[in-house]
Amino acid sequence: MTTLDIAVPVPTRRPADRETYLNIAWTVKSWALTTDHKRIGILYLVTTIFTLSLGGVFALVLRTEHLSPGPTIIDAYTYNRMFTMHGIVMVWLFMIPSIPTAFGNFLLPIMIGAKDVAFPRLNLLSYYIYLVGSLWVVIALWAGGCDTGWTFYSPYSDHSPSAVVPTVFGIFILGWSTIITGVNFIVTTHTMRAKGVGWFRMPLFVWTMYGVSIIQTLATPVLAISLLIVGVDHWFDWGLFDPARGGDPVLYQHLFWFYSHPAVYIMILPAMGVIIEVVCTFSHKNPASYKAIAYSTLGIAFVGFATWGHHMFVAGISTFDAASFGVLSMLVAIFSAIKVFTWVLTMRRGSVVVTTPMLYFFAFLFLFVFGGMTGVAVATQSLDVHWHDTYFIVAHFHFIMIGGTLTAWLAALHYWFPKITGRMYPERLGYVGATLVFSGFFMTFFPQFLLGNAGMPRRYYDYDPKFQPLMVISTVGSWILGAAMIWTLAYLLVALFKGARAPANPWDSRSYEWLTPSPPPKHNFFREPVFTRDPYDYTVPAEEIRA
Amino acid sequence: MNSLLLKLLDLPPQASTYAFDVDLLHYFVISTTMLGATFVFVLALWFLVRNRRRYPGELTARVVTPVPVEFLIIGGILSVFLIFWVVGASEYSHMQHPPEDAMPVYVTAKQWMWKFAYADGRSDIDVLTVPVHRPVKLVMNSRDVIHSFYVPAFRMKQDVVPGRYYTAWFEAQETGEFPIECAEYCGVSHSRMLAKVHVLSEPDYAKWLENPPTGDLAARGRDVAAKRGCLSCHTLDGQPHIGPSWAGLYDSDVKLSDGTIVKADVAYLTRSMMDPQAQIVDSYKPVMPTYRGVIDEPEVAALVELIVSLKDQPIAPSVVLPRTQPLGSAQPQEPR
Amino acid sequence: MPSPAAHPVSVGEQWEDMEKQAHAARFGMWVFLGTEVLFFSGLFALYTAYRIEHPSGFDVGVEHNTIVYGSVNTAVLLVSSYFVALAVHELRLGRNRVSGWLVALTILFGLGFLGIKTAEYLHHFSDGIFPGGSGHFFEEHTEPGIKMFYTLYFCMTGLHAIHVFVGCCVLGFMLWKISRREIGAWAPHPLAIAAIYWHLVDVIWIFLWPLFYLVPGRAG
Repeated sequence: MTTLDIAVPVPTRRPADRETYLNIAWTVKSWALTTDHKRIGILYLVTTIFTLSLGGVFALVLRTEHLSPGPTIIDAYTYNRMFTMHGIVMVWLFMIPSIPTAFGNFLLPIMIGAKDVAFPRLNLLSYYIYLVGSLWVVIALWAGGCDTGWTFYSPYSDHSPSAVVPTVFGIFILGWSTIITGVNFIVTTHTMRAKGVGWFRMPLFVWTMYGVSIIQTLATPVLAISLLIVGVDHWFDWGLFDPARGGDPVLYQHLFWFYSHPAVYIMILPAMGVIIEVVCTFSHKNPASYKAIAYSTLGIAFVGFATWGHHMFVAGISTFDAASFGVLSMLVAIFSAIKVFTWVLTMRRGSVVVTTPMLYFFAFLFLFVFGGMTGVAVATQSLDVHWHDTYFIVAHFHFIMIGGTLTAWLAALHYWFPKITGRMYPERLGYVGATLVFSGFFMTFFPQFLLGNAGMPRRYYDYDPKFQPLMVISTVGSWILGAAMIWTLAYLLVALFKGARAPANPWDSRSYEWLTPSPPPKHNFFREPVFTRDPYDYTVPAEEIRA
Repeated sequence: MNSLLLKLLDLPPQASTYAFDVDLLHYFVISTTMLGATFVFVLALWFLVRNRRRYPGELTARVVTPVPVEFLIIGGILSVFLIFWVVGASEYSHMQHPPEDAMPVYVTAKQWMWKFAYADGRSDIDVLTVPVHRPVKLVMNSRDVIHSFYVPAFRMKQDVVPGRYYTAWFEAQETGEFPIECAEYCGVSHSRMLAKVHVLSEPDYAKWLENPPTGDLAARGRDVAAKRGCLSCHTLDGQPHIGPSWAGLYDSDVKLSDGTIVKADVAYLTRSMMDPQAQIVDSYKPVMPTYRGVIDEPEVAALVELIVSLKDQPIAPSVVLPRTQPLGSAQPQEPR
Repeated sequence: MPSPAAHPVSVGEQWEDMEKQAHAARFGMWVFLGTEVLFFSGLFALYTAYRIEHPSGFDVGVEHNTIVYGSVNTAVLLVSSYFVALAVHELRLGRNRVSGWLVALTILFGLGFLGIKTAEYLHHFSDGIFPGGSGHFFEEHTEPGIKMFYTLYFCMTGLHAIHVFVGCCVLGFMLWKISRREIGAWAPHPLAIAAIYWHLVDVIWIFLWPLFYLVPGRAG
């Protein structure tokens, strides 16, 4: 095992080193003004790790507060602002950009054999917009934070005493970053595929990036305008959503969920893309059905726009509307079910090897399938009446968002770590990390299903003492999860400098990004690539495949 | 079996008539989905054990799942999901439509308390007193922000929205006290916005009723109707005017301009006040303005009680009015 | 054919040729227009919902608005769109000078639009109409929904005016590029893309015009 050496040596450029996107320049300017999609991906990765830590600290404080009913460490107003900021930071600063902007930026052009994205300068602009938006939200925190819940339901958001206006404005800025990235990815996928990369020869991760980009470009502007109106309502008291001035608060909920339900797929689709890449590589097997995954991605992207009403079953929508949204929600669940079956069947007649990313795959599979099944349960209307706005819902979406997206993000971090950094991570420490993440997560959120069943509403500062045992188990679980995250980031940081040099294709994969050296050169491939075999062709040895 | 599952899933007691049905579906959905999820995960583990890599660089044959198999899997799952949907949607519809003979209680939510007003003029704060085995219909509105009326033991929840009147109903099956919680985040003391339902047996309820009421809501309704200008378009004696008469209106079947027939229940009446253009009565013009934000909660309760009290009002001989009423004559009028 | 200047629009290093790059840029703009349409759609949804809810207030609002302002502005924008389309055509033919003048004319009409809009806003203010339902106008006109009508009027036309202003800036940038011979017959697509954006701004106004000036919400 490597010992921690405090004086971390800066990698020096030895003459024998071949040129990579990392070592061509080390100046601050070469990072701050880079238009290289790989470097921009790294900028995003580092920034999102910071935002994840911020949101994670909020989560730990919130859970610790629940060790006992009544006040434990913070007061009610602080609690309310903190759960709001936890939601905002996790959703808009971490979850939505995490996989698409970091791994999508890094990998999408490589996977289709392009030299860069279609609009590299816009890509950099998008990063800075993201940075400014994130800082703006942090400034809003400074100004006292926002206590409306991440949903900003009117009319509470019109009259909340907290810093609503800076918060929504920060999110408005972040929205444009998302949109620009989405446009960039759509155009890149359409126009820049190298010779041999037909639509149905793209790695499936590219398909999910494409689906995500469609949602990002079409849903985000609706959120942008809705939040703008919330800000204006709060600031100038124009009352567009305020019933006291003739507005309609339920209309706001429709507009908000028209974005925010598809946003759930912005968060989970990239995770699904990572998972299929991981399972194919480590099973040495083509996906059980390429087209099923590609089409179900598009299905989720489009049908996902027509299911928002299932967030409003008790908000006073008509029985007919509720039934329509109910059946559409069942339909969109089918697309996820197709994906789940394809992942599992991919391992059939494969050659499976267990690595850290593969452990995360199993964690993902378990949590996503169980969490997804509870999603079908809450889409069942009469059951949702009881569960709506309780801890059951909290547990359900954390199973998808943390159990799904975060484990997939960790899988991606390990799986592509050699490609991105040119170093290997320590496998055994990885096993420990993955096991800790899974157990901490399960311990945190499983009790919350039972709390929800028992009728514990969410966003409650205080609670009935009879819930305390389950609350304490959940809190202790969150500490384990927090420790697991620190553990993981720590050994990856050490491996960044001390890890063994990675070969071009350490996983013996056939996907296109492994055909170029690790880390890749500035233009991804040394010469214009022509891909002669599909990215999941495990019928021939890796040596016979060239770009 | 039922009590075992209740304990296992940590569910509260089933204190309303529909709670058991909801829980039955709950058991079915949870067991089916959890079995399905377990099957998927065990299958994955089995593939892992059976197909583990024997030597580095092992190659595999290209296997593509046949399309019929895919459709079989999709069809199978979809049909199970559709069963959930059909049962869930019909139960939901049952929970959304109060029975006709339900006893109304007017609920006003505000930060951070619940106020209950009864038809005979009584009112109470944070305690809802109802008789057992009698359907109760809640007509709900909020003074400030959105709240949500949640009784876990009844498996019922309904958002309470300012400017709108929503109805919800339940029929208690057990006597006792059951907690009411606010389930929509409403500000700093959201978690303290608690109340309770007090379900009394028939004799106890009769005893509770012996306390004298404080006023007659329907009588107050006449004052409100005059003050707010309702009577310039609606009559109380059955004559059609610019708008339909209120006599005999409650609980009758109303034909709408699009041909559908609706029951003139409390939900219909409150919606017609707040959102008058939504359901236009056949052969009337859509000229009524919305009263959202114009009249307050007690006034709505009083108007509804007035209309209910006119249910069996003898209808006066009809006078045929010219069909063309001038536009703009329907603004809320000043008190006369 | 005029020769390219010292710093012409160059082919990015990620592209094989100018044609592919131009295609991608055009395609990107169309995708972005989808975003813009949905950005406005939130406000259109609000307008629809509130108009159905309060037809009488919207009736009064539409009738109170001066039809001349709206219609003249429609004409101004339509003509400017024609000019910018011509400018693209001329640039493709290599007649940079003509194209430049046409772009300048487009910007002039765009600014004219903003001028008329400002005059109209001032007119509203002097009538006592302010966003959010403040002002003495609303003491005289108490129809339910009239405040909402004017709040939406200011929001939607204001947001549109911001788009017109941004469009003018983009076209100004194009004029600068034409004058420096950075774009021309060899690379006309930047102007073409700016023109697509300008047309979108035009089209949105075409929808705002009837909603706020032409069609009263007369019920029945």
